[in-house]
This record gives sequence, structure tokens and C-alpha cells, in this order.
Amino acid sequence: MTPYEQYIALLTLLRKEIRRYTRIWTQTLLPSAITMSLYFLIFGSLIGSRIGQMGGVSYMEFVVPGLIMMAIVTNSYANVVSSFFGSKFNNSIEELLVSPTPNHIILLGFVSGGVSRGMLVAVIVTTVASLFVELNIHSYAVVVAVVALTSVLFSLCGLINAVFANTFDDISIVPTFVLTPLTYLGGVFYSLELLPDFWATVSQANPLVYVVNAFRFGVLGVSDVSVGFAFAMIGSFTLVAYLYAAHLLRTGKRLRT
Amino acid sequence: MSYALEIEGLEKIYANGLQALKGIDLKVSQGDFFALLGPNGAGKSTTIGVICSLVNKTAGTVRVKGVDIDADFPKAKRHLGVVPQEFNFNVFESVEDILIHQAGYYGIPLKTARERIDTYLAKLGLTDKRHTRARMLSGGMKRRLMIARALIHEPSVLILDEPTAGVDIEMRRAMYDFLKEINAAGTTIILTTHYLEEAESLCRNIAIINHGEIVTNTSMKNLLRELHRETFILDARERLPEDLSVEGFELTRVDDFCLQAHIEQGQDIAELMSRLHDRGIGIISMRNRENRLEQMFVSLLEQGA
Repeated sequence: MTPYEQYIALLTLLRKEIRRYTRIWTQTLLPSAITMSLYFLIFGSLIGSRIGQMGGVSYMEFVVPGLIMMAIVTNSYANVVSSFFGSKFNNSIEELLVSPTPNHIILLGFVSGGVSRGMLVAVIVTTVASLFVELNIHSYAVVVAVVALTSVLFSLCGLINAVFANTFDDISIVPTFVLTPLTYLGGVFYSLELLPDFWATVSQANPLVYVVNAFRFGVLGVSDVSVGFAFAMIGSFTLVAYLYAAHLLRTGKRLRT
Repeated sequence: MSYALEIEGLEKIYANGLQALKGIDLKVSQGDFFALLGPNGAGKSTTIGVICSLVNKTAGTVRVKGVDIDADFPKAKRHLGVVPQEFNFNVFESVEDILIHQAGYYGIPLKTARERIDTYLAKLGLTDKRHTRARMLSGGMKRRLMIARALIHEPSVLILDEPTAGVDIEMRRAMYDFLKEINAAGTTIILTTHYLEEAESLCRNIAIINHGEIVTNTSMKNLLRELHRETFILDARERLPEDLSVEGFELTRVDDFCLQAHIEQGQDIAELMSRLHDRGIGIISMRNRENRLEQMFVSLLEQGA
């Protein structure tokens, strides 16, 4: 395919993904707004007012970046895992596999769909958050870079999950038993400084720690880890996930017999 | 001679050890209307799967319009349109969206795609279903949608895996006319079907596959010529005598006005008619008792078993 034809194929995949999740917006966009409103209300406003400061800022300000990032992570992951597995389930993935669309465009197409939903949800949740707390962004560059990299990373993870999934149960196991615990243990609600040394060290293996702290730095200018190191870690996780996802598509594992 | 499809030594062994293809060789000329027949599990769908990249081959080479799929699969895929046996589109999408997406995967701009959609929906009688979600279509409409989808990038080779399964007779005939039309316009068509009269009436060349091997690969004419015996049903104007017999011909009296004649290769049915006429029996109609290709098909499979 010529570069222009590849561009059309990519746009087609992105358009298809956006139409899919906007068509079912009550299942894809609305829940995050409602859930995050409750988080802001309960943890930020009601309980947070009794906690006082954390990391040098009010507890409400402290949790907002983590909650926004939580919404981005779950939505970018959920978009790709459900869309790709759905295509496998109804065999419409064959439309793509028999076409000359290169694997990297297929990958990019699904990932850009996940990124677009992650970013759209980020805007919605940030708008909701601004009703509870005044947000003065410390660094727009860091915010945009972290959101982009994180949504790419978790979109790729969603695709890998979808490739291996055989049933709809398989696509809910990872979000329930892996993603959610990692998010809660990734410093969304607390500073790593509160943890004993051992658990603080263990937390270094959790990619969500870097995602949440880098984003918190972008919004508030405070972080438990070095921002440069956090970017290096997120970038490394993304590269590994990309190479593995590309390998799965190239070999046709679970896609071709 | 240039070929639309060349397959040499194609083998497929699945992960469970099943050898679905045992080194098949096949050539389909450009512009041909080709039938690939075989019983269930013979290897037809596996062969098609390898050609269109849904199945990874174990050994052998496949060339589509001279392009080796191992050397440049994307280029080979451009020449191919595939209508699979099972519905494989997102039933929650509209007919138009399914076609636009498929066009996009081939790098076709939206404007061109819309023009082609107009054309193919009109030809396949789906214009009024353009904005209907696929799940609301009847079985026959879904099949026609898959044909439109396979043609949206205007391939030179169209592969149809059981395209008329579950389609009513009227729609089937309309589909035949459409396939004949695009074949006449130069598209090579490769068809698998269980309706043998479909293959006999549409296809010029034929291959029969069984247990992963090609049993025969010849022209439809040659294959039917190999038939040694045919059975005809004759309807008489006059009541047939109880002890009717004609020397040299094997006849079976079905009822008072109906006769079954078994004609061996070399025998002349005109001679039988003439001799019946001499005995005062006029024949008002005659038909072949069974599909000739079906007879041949069964006999070839029995030989191979």
C-alpha cells in the first residue's frame, strides 16, 4: 500500500472506532463522568476535607490527577479490548486480515481509537473535577505527553488481552484482577511516602505509579518519583507492549489458524 | 497461458495434527469460471483460507495473478475478493458503513467508495437497505452484502465459498446472472458449492478435492463426457404395455405413462425414440433423472475412498 492508502486505512479504523464508542456513549463515556463525580464528592470533598494536606497540597487537589489518570487508563484499555475482541468474536476481524492493510496500521488504528476515547474521557473528567477544585496546570507539555503515552500503553495492553481472549469473561479478568488493584496501589489516593520502605520499593514495579505521579507533576508540580525516570519507565513499558502486540499480529497468533 | 491462481504442493497440517491439505496442485486461468467441489471436510475452505491469508500454510506456494503470497501478500490480496461461507461482518453496523470500512482497508478514498457502493448496491438489489443495520437483513441479503463487500475494491479474482447456501431459488438465479455478468466482464471466479447443478451450469472448469487431495481437475465438458451411463425419464402419450421392452435398451416401467431408460455410452437415445414410435408409443417429454455432475461426483469420491 502507498503511504496515502495506509493513511486512508488508518482513518477508516479511527472513524470506525469513534463511531462505535460514541454510538454507545451511555456505556462508554457517561459511566466515567458519574463514577469520578462520586470519587470527587466522597474521597475529595467529604473525606478529603478531614484528611488535610498530602504531598504539600490539599487532599482534593492531590487525588484529582490520579482519578483523571484512572479514567484514562480504564477507558483506553476497555475500548481496545472490547472492540478487538468483538471483531474476533463476530469474525469481522477477517475483513481486515484479508485486506492489504499492514499490521502496523491495524495496530495503530485500534490504538488511536483507544487513545481518542481515553483523551475524550480525560476532558470530561477534568471538566467534572473543575466543579470541585480549581485546577492550575503546572505543565501542559507534561500533561499532554503523559496522557498520550499512557493511553497508548493501555490501548496496547487491551489489544494483547483481546488477542488471547476466547470468551467475554477473558476480557474482564485482567481489568478486574490486575488493572484495578494496580490502579488503587499506584498512588492515586495516597503518597508513596506514607508506605513502609518495603512496600514503597515494591510499588516501583507498578507502572501505574509512574503514570499517576508524572501526571500529578504535570498538574500540580509535585511527584513521588523523578518525572524523567517516570517518562523513561512509561516509554519502556509502551515499547515492550508495542513490540509484543506487533509480534502477535505478525504471527497471527489466535487470529489465523 | 497466464493464470489467475497457481497452487503448487500446498500442504496444511493443523496444530492438532490433522493434515487438511496433502500437497495439492491447482491452476485457474484468467477469466475462468472455476468450480472447486468436495464433500464437507475435504479441504476446500482450508485452501481458500490459505489463499486469502486466514490460514497459515505448512508448505507449498500460492501465486495470485503471478504474485507469490510469500513474497508480497499485500499485492496478492489486492487482486482477491473473498465471499466466505459464514457471515463475518459486524451486524450492528449499517450496510453502507460495512462497505465504506472495507473500501478503506484497501486504501480507497471515501468519495470513490460511495460511488462504488451506489453501483454494487443497485446491481445486487440492496439500494433501499443502504442505511439498514446488517442484523436486520434476511439471509439472502446478507449473502449479497458479502458479495458487494468482496467487490468494493474491484478485484480481478473473486472467490465464493458456498455463496448461495440458504438463498431462495429466485434470488439464487439473480445471483447467477450477476456472477455471469462480472465473469463476462473479465473477473475470474472460483466457486465452491454443494449445489452441483450450480457448478454444472456456471463453471467451465472444475477440480474435485477429497481428503486434502485433488481427485480430478479438468474441464466440465470433459468430466461429463466421462459419464458412462445416464438415466432418462420419458413421459408417454399412450398407455405403456405391461411387458414393454426394446432390444438393446434397458427400460424400467415406472407407471402406465412413465418410463425410465438407462442409456449406456455409445447408445443413441434418438434410436430408442424411433423404435418406441414404431411401436405406437409417442414420447411427449423427457428429462434427465439425476444431476449428471452429481453422478460423476459420487463415482469419483467412491473411487478415491
